[in-house]
Amino acid sequence: MGKNAKTQQFIQKYSIFIVLIVMFLACSALSPYFLKANNMINIMRQICVGLLIAYGEMILIVSGFLDLSIASVLALSGVLSVSAYKSTQSLAVAILVALAVGIVCNLFNAFFVANVGVPAFIATLGMQQIARGIALYYCGGSNILQLGNFTVMGQGMIGPIPLPVIVVVAITVVIWYLINQTRWGRSLYAIGGNRNAAEASGINVKYSIYVGYIVNGMLAGLAGIIFMARNNAGLPNGAVGYEMTGLTAAIVGGTSMTGGVGTVMGTVAGAFIIAFLENIMNLVGVDSYIQQIIEGFIVVVAVGADIFSKGRKSTKVIIAPTDTEKKEEK
Amino acid sequence: MDEIKMRVEHISKSFPGVKALSDIDFAVRRGTVHALCGENGAGKSTLMKIINGIYKADTGQIYIDGQPVEIRNPIQAREHGISMIAQELNYVPDLTVEENIFLGRLPVNKIGKVDWKTVRREANKFLQEQELPYSPSQTLRTLTVSDIQMLEIIKAITNNAQIIIMDEPTSSISQKEVELLFGKIEELRASGVSIIYISHKMEELFAIADDITVIRDGSVVNTHRVTELLPQDPSKEEIEAATNVIISEMVGRKLENVYPKEEVKIGDVALEVEHFCCKNIFDDISFNVRKGEIVGFAGLVGAGRTETMRAVYGLDPHDSGKVKVNGKEVQVKDPRGSIDNGVIMLSEDRREYGLVPVRSVMENASIANLKAYFYGGRAHPAKEKEEVSKYFKKMNVKTPSLETPISSLSGGNAQKVLLSRWMLCEPDVMILDEPTRGIDVGAKFEIYKLMTEIVKEDKAIIMVSSEMAELIGMCDRIYVMCQGRVTGCLSREEFSQERIMMFATGLMNRKEKEGAS
Repeated sequence: MGKNAKTQQFIQKYSIFIVLIVMFLACSALSPYFLKANNMINIMRQICVGLLIAYGEMILIVSGFLDLSIASVLALSGVLSVSAYKSTQSLAVAILVALAVGIVCNLFNAFFVANVGVPAFIATLGMQQIARGIALYYCGGSNILQLGNFTVMGQGMIGPIPLPVIVVVAITVVIWYLINQTRWGRSLYAIGGNRNAAEASGINVKYSIYVGYIVNGMLAGLAGIIFMARNNAGLPNGAVGYEMTGLTAAIVGGTSMTGGVGTVMGTVAGAFIIAFLENIMNLVGVDSYIQQIIEGFIVVVAVGADIFSKGRKSTKVIIAPTDTEKKEEK
Repeated sequence: MDEIKMRVEHISKSFPGVKALSDIDFAVRRGTVHALCGENGAGKSTLMKIINGIYKADTGQIYIDGQPVEIRNPIQAREHGISMIAQELNYVPDLTVEENIFLGRLPVNKIGKVDWKTVRREANKFLQEQELPYSPSQTLRTLTVSDIQMLEIIKAITNNAQIIIMDEPTSSISQKEVELLFGKIEELRASGVSIIYISHKMEELFAIADDITVIRDGSVVNTHRVTELLPQDPSKEEIEAATNVIISEMVGRKLENVYPKEEVKIGDVALEVEHFCCKNIFDDISFNVRKGEIVGFAGLVGAGRTETMRAVYGLDPHDSGKVKVNGKEVQVKDPRGSIDNGVIMLSEDRREYGLVPVRSVMENASIANLKAYFYGGRAHPAKEKEEVSKYFKKMNVKTPSLETPISSLSGGNAQKVLLSRWMLCEPDVMILDEPTRGIDVGAKFEIYKLMTEIVKEDKAIIMVSSEMAELIGMCDRIYVMCQGRVTGCLSREEFSQERIMMFATGLMNRKEKEGAS
């Protein structure tokens, strides 16, 4: 029995990676093109922006919040960054502007969430409109074109590997470090698991929330640069709905919407599972509208699976009637 | 009245990895109170949840009035006349009293419109009958926990329940309300209702029960008729002897000394609170506690003890007053500051202010002391593991592994994890608010022993408790509070339940000179 329980624990802990491997094998079988180096690099390039957003969402969901404004903030910091680049020709300034915009927007989020007590859902829903509105107003509704060298941030290559992929790998390491090796990271789990208990245990809850949103803002800013550079344009209307892409990756990767549970590597796996799925659906020629339907189902199923597995872990078990009972029923 | 109202036979139930109940037989007579005793985790709640249809038994059969019945969910249980008042109350805070009374069974007319007139009339009738002083249109949020508890009981009665299960109904209500509750139980019993009563409070059992069944490790140990256990008008000694019989059956061994109090050298003042005030909550609170001392805080529910301690610890704000730790005045701002000053507080509400249920026992233990495990730019998991294990051993925490989520531990073990959390901070003063609430006799004893060990290490303990017996058993001094004020301070020679009650009800009021020892 002990051995069984251990196997069960192992499967529960690593189920997401098992799914990822199965998915990978299935995709390889379904299309000969899937495993080609070109396709793999393509997947990695596509995953970059979504993964950065997923990290932001994972951090916030773990601490019991979320950010619906991240795609709009991405667009705002992207267009402002592009515009800063066009007037200064300095990549450093462009990056600083993007990060600063992301941080400012998220200080707003954090203030309303942590100090005023507005539910994160509402506060960031407001920010979603505000940031998008500012981006569109600033650009007069039209796109900013001819980015020049700015595109290197999205399209540059180092050897055979796209620059954004290298950036995202580096960010992954940083986020992993912050979550697993710092006091702040550990505090997030406690706050998401039980905010009152965290506070009573001497954790500075407000500070942790602020840092969470600031990190989230920096990720949004960085994602904005990569997104605009890849599209070779400042798109104030770009990336609509990307917050859902990030949320989906985080949730599929095992981040629990009720807070306190989630990992960086799980989120990476979640993002890859979705990327593989999208990729293979393209390769075998599934209609893009149908793809959207399938992705919608996946979010619901992933959350359902999370809730179901929690139900199983707790004592609420529905055990099938035993043979004697079945006889009695007859 | 020997007619059997309900009988369960051969009930067994397993959860993954745990055998919760094995072959339980147990019968409740009509018009009696049947008390169910057992340590936490013995299987009482599981059995009750099976009877109430929340869990399904693996094997076994339930009979009501001699007929085999199948109960698949609480709604069916209600149809069979079974009603359960859970330990954790289920209510909707933003609904009104009447809406809560009729929750799930609001009367409707032909076209499906709720018949509010009937609701109001019936609710008023019930509230008047039960002498409850609130209005049916009040929201539950405006009531206290004990008010709500009474309401739950009324709800059970309005369901026309024939069998009422009460799971620790007195764990959060005051002495006066306990009397009210017992009065209600008497009435119910007289009208032929059967009550299954779960409680950890031994003194209640003999006051209220007709039969007592003891459960240990998922099996029935014994069923007693109280009339066989005790003579008419029993003396104090006879009650004590009977209590010991029950307790030894519960724990499977004899408890020699319920309160392992030891003489400890009393040192300097560790914590001194002077003229602490918070408008409308508590007023001019002054007290002190010395190293090696266990100082109790007695009082009725709502006397402001928890509120005062939360403010002293920095969880809630205060208006004025001074706090000195080891003779040095400190500014009380927030829990972090207090922990750094050497003052910690174990909260009365484990679930709300203590446990982080989804996280592991190790993380739950180390959370207040992260500075010690995250420094130099990285985590030190080996050190964390070592120190946590050390305290778990000292506290005798029973857990399958350090990675086990704390939600799967029993109440007593979870409480010991929380005590470990605070011990890891190496505090000078420990404020323990209801440290033994909702935990079983065996674990209680262990916590008392730990408290004794702690004060031997030159620390000071403040114990807030509603159980007078444990205050009298464990404390060196007891402060009594009434309506937000300290009304008295008793030294060990002066301890008596009667005297504490006099101060707690405000009948006596004595401004103590500070530093009396």
